[in-house]
Amino acid sequence: MKENKKTYWKGLEQLSNDPEFVKHADGEFAELPKTLGEDGSASRRDFLKVMGFSLAAASLAACEAPIRKAIPYVNKPIDINPSIPNYYASTFASGGDYAAVVVKTREGRPIKIDGNELSPINKGKVNAIVEASVLSLYDKQRLAGPMIGGAAAEWAALDTEVKSKLASAGTVKIVANTILSPSTEKALQEFAAVFGGAELIMYDPISNYGIAKAAETYFGSSVIPSYHFDKAKTIVSFGADFLGTWISPIEFAGAYAKTRKISKEKPEMSRHYQFESNLSMTGANADYRTPIKASQSGLAVLALYNAIASKSGAATVNAPKVEVANLDKAATDLLASKGASLVVSGSNDPNVQIVINAINELLGNNGVTVDFANPVFFRRGNDERMNQFVTELKSGQVGGVVFYNCNPVYDHARGAEIAEGIGKAKVSISTNGTLDETSSLVQIVAPDHHFLESWNDFQPKQGHFSLSQPTISPLFNTRQAQESFLVWAGSTTTYYDYLQANWNATLFPLAGNGATFQEFWDQALYNGVVSVETTPSAVSAIGDASVAASTVAQTYKADNEGPELVIYSKVGIGNGTFANNPWLQEMPDPITKATWDNYLTVSQKWAADNGVTMYEENTQKASISVNGKSLVVPILVQPGQANGTFGLAIGYGRTKAGRVADGVGVNAYDLLDASKGFINFDITTGVEIAVTGDSYKIARTQTHQTFMGRENVIQESVLSAYQADASAGRYKPEIYKDGEFIKPSKLSLWKGHQYSQHHWGLAIDMNSCIGCGACTVACQVENNVAVVGKQEVLNRREMAWIRIDRYYSSDAPADDLSGMEVAAENPEVTFQPMMCQQCNNAPCETVCPVAATTHSSEGLNQMTYNRCIGTRYCANNCPYKVRRFNWFKYHDNKDFAGVNIAQNDDLGKMVLNPDVTVRVRGVMEKCSMCVQRIQAGKLTAKREKRTVQDGEINMACAVACPTDALVFGDMNDPNSKVSKLLKIEETTSALKEVGEERAYHVLEEINVSPNVWYFTKIRNKEKNEA
Amino acid sequence: MSSKRSLVGILLSSPTLAVLFFLLIGVSAHAADPAVVNSPEAIEVGKTVFNANCKTCHKLDQKYIGPALRGATDRNSAEWVKTWIKNSGEVIASGDSYAVALYKEYNNSIMPAYTFLSDAELDGLLSYIEYGDVVDPNAAAATIGGETGAVGAGGGIPSEYLTVILGVLILVLLLILVVLGLIISVLTKYINRQDLPEDDKEFVSQKFELGKVFKSDAFIIVITALVIALVAKTAIDGLYSVGVQQGYAPAQPIAFSHALHAGQYEIACQYCHTGVEIGKSANIPSANICMNCHTHIQNVGGKEGISPEIQKIYNAVDNNQPIEWVRVHNLPDLAYFNHSQHVAVGGIECQTCHGPIQEMEVVGQHSSLTMGWCIDCHRQTEVATQGNAYYDKLVQLHSDSKDALKVKDIGGLECAKCHY
Repeated sequence: MKENKKTYWKGLEQLSNDPEFVKHADGEFAELPKTLGEDGSASRRDFLKVMGFSLAAASLAACEAPIRKAIPYVNKPIDINPSIPNYYASTFASGGDYAAVVVKTREGRPIKIDGNELSPINKGKVNAIVEASVLSLYDKQRLAGPMIGGAAAEWAALDTEVKSKLASAGTVKIVANTILSPSTEKALQEFAAVFGGAELIMYDPISNYGIAKAAETYFGSSVIPSYHFDKAKTIVSFGADFLGTWISPIEFAGAYAKTRKISKEKPEMSRHYQFESNLSMTGANADYRTPIKASQSGLAVLALYNAIASKSGAATVNAPKVEVANLDKAATDLLASKGASLVVSGSNDPNVQIVINAINELLGNNGVTVDFANPVFFRRGNDERMNQFVTELKSGQVGGVVFYNCNPVYDHARGAEIAEGIGKAKVSISTNGTLDETSSLVQIVAPDHHFLESWNDFQPKQGHFSLSQPTISPLFNTRQAQESFLVWAGSTTTYYDYLQANWNATLFPLAGNGATFQEFWDQALYNGVVSVETTPSAVSAIGDASVAASTVAQTYKADNEGPELVIYSKVGIGNGTFANNPWLQEMPDPITKATWDNYLTVSQKWAADNGVTMYEENTQKASISVNGKSLVVPILVQPGQANGTFGLAIGYGRTKAGRVADGVGVNAYDLLDASKGFINFDITTGVEIAVTGDSYKIARTQTHQTFMGRENVIQESVLSAYQADASAGRYKPEIYKDGEFIKPSKLSLWKGHQYSQHHWGLAIDMNSCIGCGACTVACQVENNVAVVGKQEVLNRREMAWIRIDRYYSSDAPADDLSGMEVAAENPEVTFQPMMCQQCNNAPCETVCPVAATTHSSEGLNQMTYNRCIGTRYCANNCPYKVRRFNWFKYHDNKDFAGVNIAQNDDLGKMVLNPDVTVRVRGVMEKCSMCVQRIQAGKLTAKREKRTVQDGEINMACAVACPTDALVFGDMNDPNSKVSKLLKIEETTSALKEVGEERAYHVLEEINVSPNVWYFTKIRNKEKNEA
Repeated sequence: MSSKRSLVGILLSSPTLAVLFFLLIGVSAHAADPAVVNSPEAIEVGKTVFNANCKTCHKLDQKYIGPALRGATDRNSAEWVKTWIKNSGEVIASGDSYAVALYKEYNNSIMPAYTFLSDAELDGLLSYIEYGDVVDPNAAAATIGGETGAVGAGGGIPSEYLTVILGVLILVLLLILVVLGLIISVLTKYINRQDLPEDDKEFVSQKFELGKVFKSDAFIIVITALVIALVAKTAIDGLYSVGVQQGYAPAQPIAFSHALHAGQYEIACQYCHTGVEIGKSANIPSANICMNCHTHIQNVGGKEGISPEIQKIYNAVDNNQPIEWVRVHNLPDLAYFNHSQHVAVGGIECQTCHGPIQEMEVVGQHSSLTMGWCIDCHRQTEVATQGNAYYDKLVQLHSDSKDALKVKDIGGLECAKCHY
């Protein structure tokens, strides 16, 4: 019955059966920290609390309710109706990170960001950072107005000051991250023209300059190509985390997932090889993952080149031999799918990227899966120019410097030198919206609007444009930066007019289609996106890879001895711009499941050699020094980490981000190497690492909510087995009754429910889920889920309604300790989103003494907060451990004001969803399947006197999911997507019989009959082995 | 002995008397206009019309906000009543003496016009008023005559009947007490004539002492229990009323009269409360809505100059300062309520919850707005399924049932319909 012999484990402590872990795993709730007196008696504070409560309760009963005002508009805008949301198409852009979005506003306040389905780039999808960006609008740390010399100023005074000072400053430089906006660039040119041709220097905190530089050498144009993962049958990635952080992850994740979805109609999927040092989220999704040292990565690329070249009759290059598992296999697969394969590298070394170009050229991928003729503009930074600028600034050659929405003091490898150099410029200006590391050092701060308050346009890809529009009046006395530039250039037009004029001149003639400009503009604004036909520039390889190849052969070493540091960025925090957003800080990292920290990921072997053991959150610190700069960081033992390499994430260690991010983690940008003409993220020489012996706690959710080793939670198989039998990998428990074995669903204590109208259900494809966590943040925004802070996460009291369980698996049986050790060096990874399963036979409902959790006639397991008295019996009885208890009052509580900013100050509270109650202390909460959306959707249908259409009601998590792994719908509707996906034949009974062979219930044998189905994970491997 | 016999006679005859008594007061035999047909179909039509339009202010056999309706076609011709229902204002204006008297009797308040009702609906309505839902007095009396224990459970019996029933019961009990007293005295006399042992004699001749009764354990326990029960009941009632602001009618910044706008001028509620059919909130009108009319109407009753109350609207608009109304209906945040669900989908009249708003000078909270109140309505209210395709499947599934499809039948009592 059970063919899968793998052992699944969520953390090393579970694998090694750590006694402490076993003890904790048994309990639903972690042991309470001691709040009572040492002897266990109540303290004086407790006594006062009780007294205070009694007094308050007594006075409450005696007094009248307070007078509440109802204040209507003086002149109600025609489109704004209280309680009815409005949606505006707009665009999220932070440097080169881009997503076309739809902003939901209530009573004029933006409260939720979803993807714009009309966008050809992100296709209606978002990631965690885009989801969370709405909260940064309501950040108290934003500047309230312009500043001169550290003091508040008036805009008029600032403009005079800027104009007069810049005019006499001499050389003026504008520093920015990637600018996607054509109109902004035009405005900057006008500004530059007035001030002696001020040069615009762009850099990217997460640089991909190597790709552009390689393209310049190899194809003659310095661009980053479009990648089409959806057209690739074989994908080989050398350290590129293209699902999480690389160039355009939302777009790539969507395209990649298309090749990973399988069904009986399409029993085929792409094969994905990953060669990398750190275990990235992309590596975790690979079919074959090989840990390699960073010092070998160039040689591995060369080895692949040689393997392909030798078989396609091209010249091979001389290179030191490296033993890299699965590389030959990858070459074979690539050759078998010529023109439908894709090789990418995350390296920022132009020479490596040239070899990658050559490989794709040999495979005929250029122009098919890699498109240099239709480039993207997500990364336009020039590392060399920026490097040169820092030297100029330091030597006092720069007279005036303008930092346009960038923070190089923090996020550039030579940030400290920039900080030093700013003082040497005669005039320094920043348009940053907060007083961050850079803007706190400049003379004049002219704060820009938040993107939700701004007009702007964007060209993320050749021929594709989008607009952003204000969704709220500016909250503070800020001014759109482009308008500042125009004012300083002596122009009097508003940026809105400027933008329109620019579109009228450039885009309208191309995409007007006979409409008037106003019609064209209105349509563009309504849709948010415009695409025009462009003739792709003819691209052919003009370069030769041999020079680059020999350089690579010399630079990279097969046998590097010293420790190597591989600096990466996290899916949630990214480059650190949004670090002050608590939703992102508390989002568990997809792999490590750590929150509120960065850390040094080390291999198990190194940990063992150095006597570092880690159980649960307890770890030690290590000091790391790179060429003289040193940091002290906590250690995290990471299965899958290439031995000899160490990972450290950027985006942390902010000092002037605000109360949330300041002092969280260390700044790894300091360790980056800018000496090679590009920002080098792989530091292979001069790295020293020593364990300091100090203990530390990393707040991880990893070992929480364990399923206690029940292996039927994850059901998986390989493609060939699936093709032979669609139910491969399925675990089908049976129960013995009256002389025969029956399905668990055939035996029940309960009479069952009647779902006459709707029966909401969710299907989750574990083949599509990449573990990115966009759903978790979307849920947090939609459902007013509290942020609890690091200490409470350590106390295992995180409140997230949906979590993504990350399971490692290894082949060896549980009693083969040495076997498991080997496998754990490079385990397989499976992601499983877990939320309330809305059981039909819900164990929580039967144990609630006050009927606060009950079942609805639509299959929902309802949680009624105002009825709950907090016994927590329900959570104890929940087999999925998805219920969350409010241990504290997280709103209006100064103890949580620093982390739970959405529920504590008046500004932060503007982001709350008015349709969802903010829960109080002492009540239980959990996923409601976004019942507020269900109710709203039903009501709309009723008002329009029609039935509910499939797709008009959707859960926040499913809307956000960039890979469509979650499909929600009405299982009583035979035409709904979820019914078809699950192949539900008979739609009237409450207990649905599902025809899809891959679909299963987690813990089916206990027959709680969930309304959430999971689809078996199918890996495209030869054999079912880890 | 003779007295005993007569008492038995009274006891035996009391049910009969009661029946007679109820027959006399219960059946107010009247002669309705012969034009009003007594057919179940017509009554059914009329009941629907009545529930949708009249129920808020009228009852059949009892004076409510408006007069009791049964006998209307007895007091006036059916034709007159129809004209009255269609537009009572016109009838009053025509100087019809009965109409004017009625208008005066009900504090000069006018019933809204129902011009949209068809003749068939009006005929049905009259049939229902005269012949629908008649309380069968025989049935009520039979209950009393037969099993008195069932009286309390009879929810259908009007309250005035209950009072009478209670009175009769008390009378019967008193009579029993008297009879028992008589029996005791007769027996005592009889026993005293016999020779009795000393103990028995003492027992028989013992005096009834009130003091002893007061000091007895049983008495103290009963009284204590009663006091505790009373205190507990008061406390529970008090606690239940915490936060219930029924009748709350705060003074508003502008003395806006619904009686004038909605009552006298019959401005539709939706004209100002624009959100009521589309959203959760009915919307307190913004000042620009007031200005639609008050740009022209600057004073009341044709007076010269600008009324000080209307001036406040002008001030608000001129100074761009919103008017800060005092919220009357305050639902707790934990309860989700949506106006459009009830008004646009359910077809509920505003008055059902808000009371006779068209008569209110100052708006007060008419209903308790407690969960019990919501739930009661959800138990009783039929779903407005007619012509709404959303409900088709539910109606089809419910077609086997004898009862109408109520809100409770489609999940209207579930927690997550209002709490999330």
